[in-house]
Amino acid sequence: MSIFQFISDFFRDSAHWHGQDGIPHRVLEHLGYSFMALGIAAGLALPVGLVTGHTGRGGNALALIATAARALPSYGLLVLMFFWLGIGLTPVMIPLVALAVPPILLTSYEAMRTVDPAPVDAARGMGMGPAAVLFQVELPVALPLILSGLRSAAIQVVSTTAIAATVSLGGLGRFVIDGLYQRNYETVVGGATLIAGLALAMIALFWLVGRVAVSPGVRGGR
Amino acid sequence: MIQIESVTKRYPDGTTAVDDLSLDIPDGSITVLVGPSGCGKTTTLRMVNRMVEPTSGRILLDGSDITEQPVNALRRSMGYVIQNAGLFQHRTIVDNIATVPRMLGWDRRKARERARELMGRVGLDEALAKRYPYQLSGGQQQRVGVARALAADPPVLLMDEPFSAVDPIVRKSLQAELLRIQQELGKTIVFVTHDIDEAIRIGDMIAVMRTGGRLAQFAPPQELLSSPADEFVEDFLGTDRGIRRLSFFTSDGLALERGPVVAVDAGAEQVARATAAGAPYLLLTDADGKPLGWVAPQDAAGGADKVAVGSLLPYGRPFAAGRESLRDALDCAVLSPTGWAVAVDEQGAVAGVVSQEAIGAAIRSAHAGQREDGPAVPVRTTKAEVAT
Amino acid sequence: MSGPGFFDIPSDLQNSYLGLVGLHVEEALIPVAIGLAVALPLGQLCVRFSWLYPPVLWITTVLYAIPSLAFFIFLIDYTGATRTTVMIPLTVYSLVLLVPAFVDGVRSVPQETLSAAKAMGFGPVQRYLKVQLPIAVPAIIAGLRVAVASSISLVSIGALIGNQGALGNLLQDAILYHRSNLALNSVLTTAVLAVLLDIALVLLRMALTPWMPRSGRAARRAARDAAVEPAGRAALEDASV
Repeated sequence: MSIFQFISDFFRDSAHWHGQDGIPHRVLEHLGYSFMALGIAAGLALPVGLVTGHTGRGGNALALIATAARALPSYGLLVLMFFWLGIGLTPVMIPLVALAVPPILLTSYEAMRTVDPAPVDAARGMGMGPAAVLFQVELPVALPLILSGLRSAAIQVVSTTAIAATVSLGGLGRFVIDGLYQRNYETVVGGATLIAGLALAMIALFWLVGRVAVSPGVRGGR
Repeated sequence: MIQIESVTKRYPDGTTAVDDLSLDIPDGSITVLVGPSGCGKTTTLRMVNRMVEPTSGRILLDGSDITEQPVNALRRSMGYVIQNAGLFQHRTIVDNIATVPRMLGWDRRKARERARELMGRVGLDEALAKRYPYQLSGGQQQRVGVARALAADPPVLLMDEPFSAVDPIVRKSLQAELLRIQQELGKTIVFVTHDIDEAIRIGDMIAVMRTGGRLAQFAPPQELLSSPADEFVEDFLGTDRGIRRLSFFTSDGLALERGPVVAVDAGAEQVARATAAGAPYLLLTDADGKPLGWVAPQDAAGGADKVAVGSLLPYGRPFAAGRESLRDALDCAVLSPTGWAVAVDEQGAVAGVVSQEAIGAAIRSAHAGQREDGPAVPVRTTKAEVAT
Repeated sequence: MSGPGFFDIPSDLQNSYLGLVGLHVEEALIPVAIGLAVALPLGQLCVRFSWLYPPVLWITTVLYAIPSLAFFIFLIDYTGATRTTVMIPLTVYSLVLLVPAFVDGVRSVPQETLSAAKAMGFGPVQRYLKVQLPIAVPAIIAGLRVAVASSISLVSIGALIGNQGALGNLLQDAILYHRSNLALNSVLTTAVLAVLLDIALVLLRMALTPWMPRSGRAARRAARDAAVEPAGRAALEDASV
């Protein structure tokens, strides 16, 4: 039986569309974990990246943190946290946040560094306060790079959230892990397809956000 | 009036950007700060809108210390134009220009209306209103920068090397545009440049600064050219300051000769009379009195109507009698193949011709007049034309 | 202290600690090497025919977005639950990281430099080997650093498809035998491996590019490039067209 047969069987089975173990519920769970991790990571990394980028200090420290965080294996970290903290959301959030912080941190820092200083000088000279300069002059121009960092983080987090199932949590990983355990290849492939689809949906989502939020003047000016 | 009173700016690393500078910047005119890089001219400008705070000394605006009002209120009352314009790339042209009015609380419609009005004033096509900065040329962007600074109609305009990044031809037209706008609006403009030619072209008053942030000389351009304070200023002005100074003498006093000018349909008799005027060449004009070219008297002896127009010597670029300066008149004479300059009136008809010798005499008497009567009155009305 | 020690590996893995380390490095680095070998000519094609780059960039962005676990599972049908199944996706990820790194690196060579080389009589092959490639080295190494780090981390996930995760297999056993030490061992060893390989690559760059500043701006730039790879690159590229 071909892989595509498995996929189509999985999605045609009406049992997969209802209840706790149904596709809609698992997708929502998956997105819930992912966006929670992404939100925490953004809440930590964006202010730090933007402020350090704005002042121009600490860039090398950030690069070091990012390199170190990249060396941590997400799956291993998850299992270790499961041992140390038990079953729950926290042991899942730690590796996911650790995964999402470096790209957000580095891109927001670099986005602020690469903002043309001339408009900032002009804005200050026209009598704009520091907050207005940040939100009306620097951020709109830095946005594409910041979004690209968030997108990288989102894709990686959505992919990696799948392993939450190995420590007894929900999400689309459940289909894969349970399927592997029960040797039910149809469920495994179906779950994998959903995870891949969700990751690709992140590309589309951030493409849309970029279209809406980034000024055509910035998009065209690059 | 902006009064800079013994202002010093010293940085923590010990360098002195501006050293005990005092300067009274007059209202309603263009004051240029000029000097080599590192002379503190930009720092001085930036202290006026408190982008830089002086280490000591104070700056008064209309008699009161600029530190007495909130810094952003001060800045909003002064237009600010910088090199490369510094436009907001995420905002349309009209919204860029409307920035300060919006900050001052104007409603969006009124601010945009004002912005469109200003686009016309700085010579921008209104069709560009909805464009973004990247879609404009460097010269156009700089015009937007000027319009943005003028948007809230501030009495003071600070310009920091605004035209340095554009090519010389565009720069000339921007300078002319600035002078035209200034004639209409009469702002108090402080203008920083490293280009002494630009300073002379647009400045009513010029402050020459030297490395270390000290004032070398503060004078109107013609005085700067005629009597530089010291060797530094003289060096900075360059070698041809004598020629450039002629820009400030009008060509009014030139004795234009009508004798050597003959119409193209003149007969042999008229040509003989013109030849008797003693000029080495005759200038032929068409029916409207516009110049056609020079001819040697012997070649036209049979009557001007017998001369083939194609065989005439070119008359070069004529100068506008009375409206252009002695420098223009001299330039025309030097470039003319006959050594004579052609003066035309406002319609382009020949007003007369003048020899290099006659121009030389006019220059000598202009200098003499200046020595006796003090600085000559600048040719203010012709300044815009000089720049074009 | 009773019970198994820190480096005692359960017998079901049929390997010693060092054996697992070797296996892990092998499973992580072979894909990177293959990826590099394919990326150099493919990148050169993208430089030569610039119309090729945007579509290639979009394909790589999409491929990179496919989660490793899903990728492994799709391949089981063809290659079974083997090391090959783990290494194919890692090869694809490496390729996908290295192509943009190479193209951007080569493109960063100023046109004047190439013209100068041309004027001095360098042929196309010499220009490539003596000018373009050396100047692209920092970008390629930056790409390699990300590729190696992610490869090292992702091999562990191979454990989920039937003990193909080398050091990752320790994680499975940690859960199976309730030995948290095994998990700690796996995480620490993997992290140390990643850091050591990263240092090796930084040293390699310093050796290959003695003209580059040793830290500061260049390093940060490389780090940022790495962080936005390759999805961010595509976004920036997209913005320019």
